[in-house]
Amino acid sequence: MTALIYLLPIALLMGFIGLIAFLWSLKSGQMDDLEGAANRILFDDEEDEMSTDESKET
Amino acid sequence: MDAFIGHKPDAVNAHSGQAASTPSWQHDGVTIDPSRYVTETEDGLAQLHLIVENIECAACVQRIERGLLKLPAIDYARVNLSTHRLTVRWDEAQLHPAGILEKLMKMGFDAKPFDPSFQESATDDDTDLLRCLGVAGFAAANVMLISVSVWAGLVSDMGPGTRGLFHWISALIVLPAVAYAGRPFFKSALTAIRAGHLNMDVPISLAVLLACGMSIAESFANAEHVFFDAAAMLLFFLLIGRYLDRRARSQARSAAQNLLSLRTSAATVLDDDGGQTLLPIHEIAPDMRVLVTAGARVPVDGVVEEGQTTIDTSMVTGESLPRESTKGEAVFAGTMNLTAPITVRVTKSDQDTLLSEIVRLMEEAEQGRASYVRLADRAAQIYAPAVHGLALLTFLAWWLVGGVAWQDSLFTAIAVLIITCPCALGLAVPVVQVVAVGQLLKQGVLVKAAEALERLALIDTVVFDKTGTLTTGALTLVNRDDILPEDLALAASIAAASRHPLSRALAREAGTVAALQGVVEHPGSGLLAEREGQMIRLGNRVWCGVTDEGGAHAYSEIWLKRGGAKPVAFLFQDEIREDARAVVQAFHQRGMQVELLSGDREDVVRPFADALGIDTWSAQAQPQDKIVRLNALREEGRQVLMVGDGINDAPALAAANVSLSPSSASDVSQAAADFVFQGGRLAAAVTLYDVAVKSKSLIMQNYGHAFIYNVIAVPLAMLGYVTPLLAAFAMSASSLVVTGNAMRLYRMQKVSK
Repeated sequence: MTALIYLLPIALLMGFIGLIAFLWSLKSGQMDDLEGAANRILFDDEEDEMSTDESKET
Repeated sequence: MDAFIGHKPDAVNAHSGQAASTPSWQHDGVTIDPSRYVTETEDGLAQLHLIVENIECAACVQRIERGLLKLPAIDYARVNLSTHRLTVRWDEAQLHPAGILEKLMKMGFDAKPFDPSFQESATDDDTDLLRCLGVAGFAAANVMLISVSVWAGLVSDMGPGTRGLFHWISALIVLPAVAYAGRPFFKSALTAIRAGHLNMDVPISLAVLLACGMSIAESFANAEHVFFDAAAMLLFFLLIGRYLDRRARSQARSAAQNLLSLRTSAATVLDDDGGQTLLPIHEIAPDMRVLVTAGARVPVDGVVEEGQTTIDTSMVTGESLPRESTKGEAVFAGTMNLTAPITVRVTKSDQDTLLSEIVRLMEEAEQGRASYVRLADRAAQIYAPAVHGLALLTFLAWWLVGGVAWQDSLFTAIAVLIITCPCALGLAVPVVQVVAVGQLLKQGVLVKAAEALERLALIDTVVFDKTGTLTTGALTLVNRDDILPEDLALAASIAAASRHPLSRALAREAGTVAALQGVVEHPGSGLLAEREGQMIRLGNRVWCGVTDEGGAHAYSEIWLKRGGAKPVAFLFQDEIREDARAVVQAFHQRGMQVELLSGDREDVVRPFADALGIDTWSAQAQPQDKIVRLNALREEGRQVLMVGDGINDAPALAAANVSLSPSSASDVSQAAADFVFQGGRLAAAVTLYDVAVKSKSLIMQNYGHAFIYNVIAVPLAMLGYVTPLLAAFAMSASSLVVTGNAMRLYRMQKVSK
C-alpha cells in the first residue's frame, strides 16, 4: 500500500500534463481547422517540389 | 447565368475608370473595395480575412499559401480549410490589398473580403466548450482509475482507511472539474428555471450537483459508495454530445456568414460634371445617376437614362429569357446587366428597393421554422418532469412508507436521478446529426441548420421553382435538326464576339469555332459582320428583316441572315435538368405532393409542368404569391419543402417548413435556405430526404433504447440496488449503443450508392 504514496501522484500528474497539453493546443489554435491539419501532413517541405506548378504564374 | 458571365475584373476597370484612385475588386458584378476590411495587427502589419469559396483540397491550400508568400510584402498567409477562409498579414506600405486579390485571381481563386467581427463571439463559445470537455475528460479518466481500485477493493481486502483516502482524492479531482466543466449546463438550467420552464439541463445539473453533494456526505461518513465518478462521467459524455451539436451548428453558421458577407457592395455614382465616385449602397439616394457596367449586377432600383442593353432578370422574377431594356424602362436591384453599360437614374433608396422588400418579406415569413420544436427539446419536456417525479416518489416512499431514515431515502432518490440521467438522451440527437451532416457534405449537400434534418423528415409536399431549379438556367438549341451545320458554324463564329446570353448559348452549341473578326454589335438588335464581301446579320426578327409572325411559342429566337438569302431561325429553350423528371417521380413515389411555383410566363410553364408530370402549378407568381400559396398549404396542415434559387424565391424559402437551394442560387436564397446542394444533380434533393428520414428513425431508435434502458434501470434504482459500479456500466453501455446505432447511417449510404 505504501507504493500508492508515489504511484497516485505520478498517475495524476501524467493526467494533468495531458490536460495542460490539450488546453495549450486549444489556445494556440490547433483545433481551429481540423480538416486543414489532416491535409497539411501531405505537404512537402521542399520548395522546389512545386516549382513547375508555380513558375507559370509569376 | 453567372456561370458563363464569369468574373471579368478587366471589364470593371475599363468602364468605371476607378482603378487609379480606389483599386477594387468585383464579385458577381458587385464592386467590393477590400481596403475597408483591412485591420492592423499588434506588430504593425495589415491583416485581411478573405473567403475563398473554391478551395477544395490540400493542393489548393498549398498553392495559395506558397503563391502569396512569394510576394515579398506578404508576411503570413494561412488557409483554414474547414471554413474556407484565408488570413493574410502583410506590409501595407508595399502592397495595396487589391494586389492580394489580384494575385489570388491569377492563381484561379475567387476571393472576397470577410468581416471577422462576424465570427468572434461564436468561436469563443466553441473554444470554451472544448476546454470544458478537456477538463471533464481529464477528471473522468482519472477518477475512474481510482474508482476501479475502490470497486475491486470492495470485494477483496481494501481497508476502510485506504477507501476513505481514495474517496477524498476522487473528491479533490471531481469537485473543481464539475465546478468548471459543469458551467454550460448550470447556466442553461438557471436560465430555464428563471424563465419558468424545464429543459434537459435542469435534471442534468441537479443530478450532477446532488451526486457530488451526497458523495461528500458519504465520504465524511466513510461509507462504501460514492458517486464522484458518475458525476464526472456524466458531464464528460454530455459535453461530447453538446460539443457535436455545437460544431454542427457553427459549421452551418460559418457557411451562412460567408454568404452574408457577399452582400456588402457599392455603386459607381456619376456626378453632373462627369466625375465618378464609388459609394456604399446605403448612401445611394433617389435621383442619383449610377453607372452599371456590362456583366455587373444592377445595384439599385431605377430607370434607364442612357444606353440600351439586355437585362437578365431570372434571379429576381424567375423569367427564363433575358429582356431588352432601353431608355425610360425600369430596372431592379439584383438583376444582371448583360451586354452594354447603362446609366440608371435611381428611383428608390436602398431600403425601398425590390431586393430589400424581398429581404423584409423573407424575415417576416420565417414561421415554418419558428413553430418547430426540436426533438431533443420535446424529449426534455416529457423526460424532466418524469424523472423528478420518480425521484421524489422514491424519496417519499422509502421515507414515509418504508420507514427508512430520511438520509438513506435521499441517497436512493439521488441514485434514481443519476441512473436516469440521460447520457443516451444527450447523445441521441447530436451523434446522428453529425454523421448525417458529414455524409451529406461528402455528397455535396451543405447543411446550414442541423435541426432542419428533423423538419425535412416530416414533409409531405414539395414545391419547386422552375428557372434555375428544375432547369439549369442555361439555354439550349431546340431546332438543331432544321439548321444546316455551316449556318450554325457561321452564326457561332459571329456570336463569339458578343456577351448576350443567346449569343453565348449559340457559341456553346456549335462547339469550338474561330471567332470572326470585325463584328459590330448593335445593342438591343443584333450583330453585323462582313465575310467575303457579304453582309451577315445575326440578331432579332427586325434586325434580320423577318416579317411573318410565325405564331407564339415558348422559345427565344435568334436569326441569321446572309446577304439576300432567306433568314434562318435558331430556337432556344431553358434546358431541363437531366434528372428533374426522375426527381419528381421519386418524390411522387415517396407519397409527396409535388407543385411548381414559377414566376415565368404561363405558356412556358404549362408544357414544362406537363413534361415533368407535375399536376399542380402556377405561373407568373410574384414573391408574395409564393408566400400566399405556402401559407395556404400550411393551413391545410401540410409540411412543405421548398426548392428554389432566385431572389424571388427567397421569401418562399424562408416561409416553407424546410428549404433547399442549388449552389448556383442567388446569395439571398442561399442564405435563406436550410440546405444548399452543389453540382448539377437535382437528385441530391432525394438523397437528402432519404438521409433525413433515416436520421429521424435512428434518433427515434436511440430514444427507444434510452427508454428501454430506463425501464430496466429505474426500478432497480428505486429499489435501492444501484451501486456506483452499476451506474458507470449502464452509462457507458447506453452511450456506446446510441453512438453505434448512429454509425449505421454510414452503411445506408454505401447501399444507396
